[in-house]
Amino acid sequence: MGVKRTPVEKVEIPRLVKPEERLVEESVTEAELEMLEKGGVLITSLNKAVNWARKWSIWPVTFGLACCAIEMMATAASHYDMARFGAEVFRPSPRQADLMIVAGTLTKKMAPVLKRVYDQMPDPKWVIAMGACAVGGGIYKSYAVVQGVDKVVPVDFYVPGCPPRPEALLQAILMLQKKIEKESFQNKI
Amino acid sequence: MDWLDEAKECLQGAVINEAEFRGEHTWVVDKSSLFEALELLRRDFGFNCLVDLCGLDMGEGESPRFYVVYHLRNMDSKVQLRVKVGLEEGETVSSSCGLWAGADWMEREVYDMFGIEFEGHPNLTRLYLSEDFPGHPLRKDYPTEGYDFEE
Repeated sequence: MGVKRTPVEKVEIPRLVKPEERLVEESVTEAELEMLEKGGVLITSLNKAVNWARKWSIWPVTFGLACCAIEMMATAASHYDMARFGAEVFRPSPRQADLMIVAGTLTKKMAPVLKRVYDQMPDPKWVIAMGACAVGGGIYKSYAVVQGVDKVVPVDFYVPGCPPRPEALLQAILMLQKKIEKESFQNKI
Repeated sequence: MDWLDEAKECLQGAVINEAEFRGEHTWVVDKSSLFEALELLRRDFGFNCLVDLCGLDMGEGESPRFYVVYHLRNMDSKVQLRVKVGLEEGETVSSSCGLWAGADWMEREVYDMFGIEFEGHPNLTRLYLSEDFPGHPLRKDYPTEGYDFEE
C-alpha cells in the first residue's frame, strides 16, 4: 500500500583488494569486511569479545545482609528472573564470583567480613550497593551501622529504595552490563 | 505471712526500698547484700527462672547513676519479683552466673552496653559489639551516632 519495497539487487562478490589500494588506517577494507560477513565470519576486537562474554555471565556472590536480600532473591526467582541477563548463578564462594550485591544494612561488626569477601573475589569484580542502608546508612544514623558500603569497598552502582523493587536491581545489572562493555578488559584481569 | 514478707525478713534490712504496681513487686536491694538476696530467692523461694537481667542509666549527675535489674520468676507458683540494685560509676556487682546459667550472656550484654562489670563472671567480654569498640552505647552520655560518625 504505502510501503515501498526495494527491488532485490543482484549481489556481486567483490574481488580481494590489492594491498596498495588499501586505506592507510584500515587494516581491513570495506569490501573485505563485506565479503567476510557473507562468508559467515565475524570479526571483532578482543576487547569486545571478552567484555561480551563477561557481561552475559555475571556471577554474583551470595551476600544478603537484611530485608533487601528478600528482594534480591525475588529478582533471582522465576517471576523477575535474573537468568535472562545471565546473572542467576549466585555463588556461595567469593572465589567463583565477580559481582557483589550488598543487599542490606552493613553493621560495623560485619564490615571486616564484607571487606574480606570482596578481597577474596578474583578480578574482574564489581559491586552494587542495594538499598538505602547500603547506599548511605539509610534510617540508621547509629553507632552500629556503616554509613554506606563505599566506606569499605568501591561501589559501581547504587540502587536506592527501601527496599528497592526487583526491577530496580535488574536496571542496575543492565547498567552494569553497559559499563562492562565500555571497559578495557586488560585493566581488569 | 506471705512469701514476700518472709523473704524480706530473712534478708534483715537488705531491702532498702520496695514498690508494688498492679500486683508486681519491685525491691531495691543494698549492693553489699545483693548476692545473698539473690541466692536466698533462688534457693529458698524457688525463683528458678531469671527472666531478664538488664542495665539502666539514670543519667549523669544522678545518684545512683546505674541500676542493674533482675526479673525473677518462680516457675512453680508463677510469681514474679523485680530486684534492682543501684550502682555508681565504676562500681561492680557480683555475677549471678552461678545461680542462673542464663545470666552469662545477659551480664555480658549489660557490660557491653553500660560498662558495668560483674565480678566472678567466667568470660566478661563484649557480646554484640566488636572488641575494639569505643565506649558503651546505651549510656546517656554516649552520642547516638557514635564518636567517629563523620569519618
